[in-house]
Amino acid sequence: MGIRFVVLVNKQGQTRLAQYYCDHMTVSERRALEAEIVRKCLARTDHQCSFVEHRNYKIVYRRYASLFFLVGVDNDENELAILEFIHLLVETLDRHFGNVCELDIMLHLEKAHFILEEMVMNGCIVETNKSSILAPIQLMDKAS
Amino acid sequence: MNNFGLDIARLGFPYHHSALSDPCPRVCEAKVAKLEQLKTIGRELAMGSQGGWGQTKEFLDLVKSIGEARSKAEEDRIVLREIDTLRRRLADPDVPRRRMKEYLIRLVYVEMLGHDASFGHIHAVKMTHDESLAVKRTGYLAVTLFLSDDHDLIILIVNTIQKDLRSDNYLVVSAALVAVCKLINEETIPAVLPQVVELLGHPKEAVRKKAVMALHRFYQRSPASVAHLVSNFKKKLCDPDPGVMGATLCPLFDLISADTNSYKDLIVSLISILKQVAERRLPKTYDYHQMPAPFIQIKLLKILALLGSGDKEASGHMYTVLGDIFRKAEHSTNIGNAILYECICCVSSIYPNPKSIEAAAAATSKFLKSESHNLKYMGIDALSRLIKINPDIAEEHQLAVIDCLEDPDDTLKRKTFELLYKMTKSTNVEVIVDRMIDYMISINDSHYKTEIASRCVELAEQYAPSNQWFIQTMNKVFEHAGDLVNIRVAHNLMRLIAEGFGGEDESADSQLRSSAVDSYLRILGEPKLPSVFLQVICWVLGEYGTADGRYSASYIIGKLCDVAEAHLSDDTVKAYAISSIMKICSFEIAAGRKLEILPECQSLIDELSASHSTDLQQRAYELQALLGLNSGAVEAVMPSDASCEDFEVDRSLSFLNSFVQQSIEKGAQPYIPENERSGIVDIGNFKGQYQQEASTHSLRFEAYELPKPSVIPPPTFEPSIPLSATTDLVPVPEPTAYTKDAHRASTKMPSSTDALSADVGVRLRLDGVQKKWGKPTYSSSPSASSSTSSASQNATNGLTHTDGGGGSVSLQTRETSHDSRRQQQAEVSAEKQRLAASLFGASSVAKAEKKPPTAAQKAPKAAAATKEKAATTTTTTVPSTPPPDLLDLGDPTSSDTPLDDPFKQLEGLLGSTAAASPGIINPPAAPASKAPDLMAIFTEAPTGVSHSSIDPGLSEIYSINKSSHIVATKKGPNSQDALQKDATARQVGVTPTGNNPNLFRDLLG
Repeated sequence: MGIRFVVLVNKQGQTRLAQYYCDHMTVSERRALEAEIVRKCLARTDHQCSFVEHRNYKIVYRRYASLFFLVGVDNDENELAILEFIHLLVETLDRHFGNVCELDIMLHLEKAHFILEEMVMNGCIVETNKSSILAPIQLMDKAS
Repeated sequence: MNNFGLDIARLGFPYHHSALSDPCPRVCEAKVAKLEQLKTIGRELAMGSQGGWGQTKEFLDLVKSIGEARSKAEEDRIVLREIDTLRRRLADPDVPRRRMKEYLIRLVYVEMLGHDASFGHIHAVKMTHDESLAVKRTGYLAVTLFLSDDHDLIILIVNTIQKDLRSDNYLVVSAALVAVCKLINEETIPAVLPQVVELLGHPKEAVRKKAVMALHRFYQRSPASVAHLVSNFKKKLCDPDPGVMGATLCPLFDLISADTNSYKDLIVSLISILKQVAERRLPKTYDYHQMPAPFIQIKLLKILALLGSGDKEASGHMYTVLGDIFRKAEHSTNIGNAILYECICCVSSIYPNPKSIEAAAAATSKFLKSESHNLKYMGIDALSRLIKINPDIAEEHQLAVIDCLEDPDDTLKRKTFELLYKMTKSTNVEVIVDRMIDYMISINDSHYKTEIASRCVELAEQYAPSNQWFIQTMNKVFEHAGDLVNIRVAHNLMRLIAEGFGGEDESADSQLRSSAVDSYLRILGEPKLPSVFLQVICWVLGEYGTADGRYSASYIIGKLCDVAEAHLSDDTVKAYAISSIMKICSFEIAAGRKLEILPECQSLIDELSASHSTDLQQRAYELQALLGLNSGAVEAVMPSDASCEDFEVDRSLSFLNSFVQQSIEKGAQPYIPENERSGIVDIGNFKGQYQQEASTHSLRFEAYELPKPSVIPPPTFEPSIPLSATTDLVPVPEPTAYTKDAHRASTKMPSSTDALSADVGVRLRLDGVQKKWGKPTYSSSPSASSSTSSASQNATNGLTHTDGGGGSVSLQTRETSHDSRRQQQAEVSAEKQRLAASLFGASSVAKAEKKPPTAAQKAPKAAAATKEKAATTTTTTVPSTPPPDLLDLGDPTSSDTPLDDPFKQLEGLLGSTAAASPGIINPPAAPASKAPDLMAIFTEAPTGVSHSSIDPGLSEIYSINKSSHIVATKKGPNSQDALQKDATARQVGVTPTGNNPNLFRDLLG
């Protein structure tokens, strides 16, 4: 299955985007999980590794300014590749929004989701070509 | 935050730093005046409630207030208010479509922030019918976020999806396919399957790709539904579009993991694809940080690892391409290392080839030698894969492994324990298990504690060098994680103590038991012991507490009373305690010694006799009754040290035959077997129910069975016969099926009631009574606790760590500390090598501490070198915070820095002629935090934000930059974009001077 969830959380632990690829979780389950993993990741220092185990997941995280990008993966996933996938996601968001910041994602939550939808399906990384990822979104923008 | 004014002044002219030091105040004044004007205009513009982005003031306000919420409670209040608003708005029958889209996004916010928005789900479903693509896709998005694929509302969407899949707008088809992946469940697959298959041939690659993924989803949901379509995946591998090919690898990976043999024909094609990708034959747009399509390469390597596993011929094709990738490997970037790691995994999975293994080992050692924790982590993982093929590879990395084991980073430590677990042998089991237990004690995370405890038990059971050691180890595990380990482990331990070595050496066994008793009496002093462990302790004290005569019966009974008293709420422990007291008493009586009943013991008996638990009551009454018996009877009931004897029950009650015969002759009715009377309930059935009842203590809802002849089988039984006197007395130690048998067996019970205690099967039923699992308490900082423990574990090594932590920025200090460290290295490495020798050493004696380490002499030079390197790197890397934050070093400081009003930033931009440095939204770093920013840029440029080695040279650049206030050059779009963004910000009403300036921080800045 690979990726189980992608969650964007800021330093205060507020969720900015959450997408799950595993079995459906209830709102309260998600809330609890997010709180737990954010607490774990925030407690870590910069020179510890960017991977944390949590229950059955391994969480690969990376911080950009005030935002943490947390990706929950299965145990046999290539953690370094996921770490770079996060960067690719940020680069893609950056290309779309231009100097992307937390506020961009908040104001255009659906766009951020669409970008992620283009990149990850069924918990697998399906597209890594930035132009291919952004093409449908830009077309949609033009149409509306 | 404290000097607000100053910061604003400083940040006001973000991109023209020279303006700050502008000697001419008039220029500044002029600028300020002009900017004031602009500001007013801007504000007026912002007053208009609707912007060009189609977002209403309400939405912008919501975003602003959520963005600026300072606590979860405040956020919750905002969301609750929003729920009210949305309820009202959505109740309105004619909401304009555009508005509806926004409401949906607001609903998404509500659920994302942890509140229920189910009242709006139906609106999301409705939105999927909309004609506008943007609205439709938002509808689909909301539905996928809100509903699981078995939700009732899904059925309403299937029709829409079917329609959309037929659309001639490929974006609509794509949106529907995305929804298919999330919403279609096993039952609805047939409704869309034909269309999805058709779309595999769609002219647009984006659609083909998503159709492949939809099929993949169907396969995940229900493999049978697409079993006949599997060949499509193979076909799509040859799709002219690399994106489709890349996506096809995902379903193929799943298919191949399920059934390797059917896909061997793909090996050659997959290898050729990998070769082409590695040779940069894909379009440049697939490159990531100068690496050709790395994510596709990784996926291919994963598949090849599956296909080549245990297949010599298939693996033969792979060596060349793997060799090529190893050769071309890029060690300086994360993504390069990610590919290398995948190669190592592949090499360790396929049929071994010396050359490939050599390359893999070399790459692994590069990982392990890196200063990046991420790479070390990958290195440890890679090593644990490689040692399966060749255990000797670990030898070379002993010290690196021990470094990781002692690292304060919890994740790395755990990974290392995983490695140790895999390389445990009988020679190093003691060292490894000791380490594991120490670590287990130090952590709080019950999930991992359970895992590591069960690993300790597993290793101890498998490799224990002696029973003594095994018992000690188990004691430790129980003491610290008793509530988390499986109850079976406790039974195994009891059995081991009871059975001993099983050899003829009886004295060794009793010695073992004595030492167990000693250790338990000592441990009983500990304040908080897990229930399972207390059960073991009680049992052992009962069986063997007085066996060697060193402890008096009253002493042991006193201890057991204490246990029972201290655990008032734990019936199981109390039951064990009272049974053990009973054993001690009966051993005393049987031995003819006078037994004094201590007052606390008597009060315990009284208390339990009135217990709500019938089990406890029974045990108490039994004990009371037993105390009144003579020694001969007691001896027969409770033979000493008989826990290992097999317990045989004379089910036919043949010993009563003569009595029955007599009775019948006297005219009594013959016995009619139970099942013949009731016709339904047979014994086995009854027993099963009984067991269940005993284990759950729950109410039984079914009607009572017919009376069972459990105590006095023959109906003609006469109460005056001596037998009846004993039936009262017959102890019924467990409320189990056994009880019945015991009664049947009556006075001539072949073995003691205690024989049962050793019988795990019987015991188990009881233990179900109250199994307590520890509360999951997650520590907020598990690393903190482990770091202290590791520090104490290795004092000498701790020196290095602390030194590194306080390492100063300058390179000069590095030199000096370097020197001083060199002297310590001798000791440090000696200590480490001792550990290394005990872990890795081939010596048969595991306790390597005692003897001069062989390995230590083998490679002292290498050790010193590694150590030296580690020392240097700690000092050099400390100032530059590692990877994830390279992009964002200034944050800790600047997050407190209130940022400037966007107007001022706008002014700064407009007022300048040099518009080459835009990026309005990004707050300019204060001079203090600028240098780290620069650092980020430097590392980013050559290495592509690498987690790998930051060479000392960079640190130099860093220090140079620090002194000269060079402004970070900004990447990103032009000033127009920045203006636009600024306008949005103003619309929202969020300002960088507001509560959360972080909202504006450029993520990649």
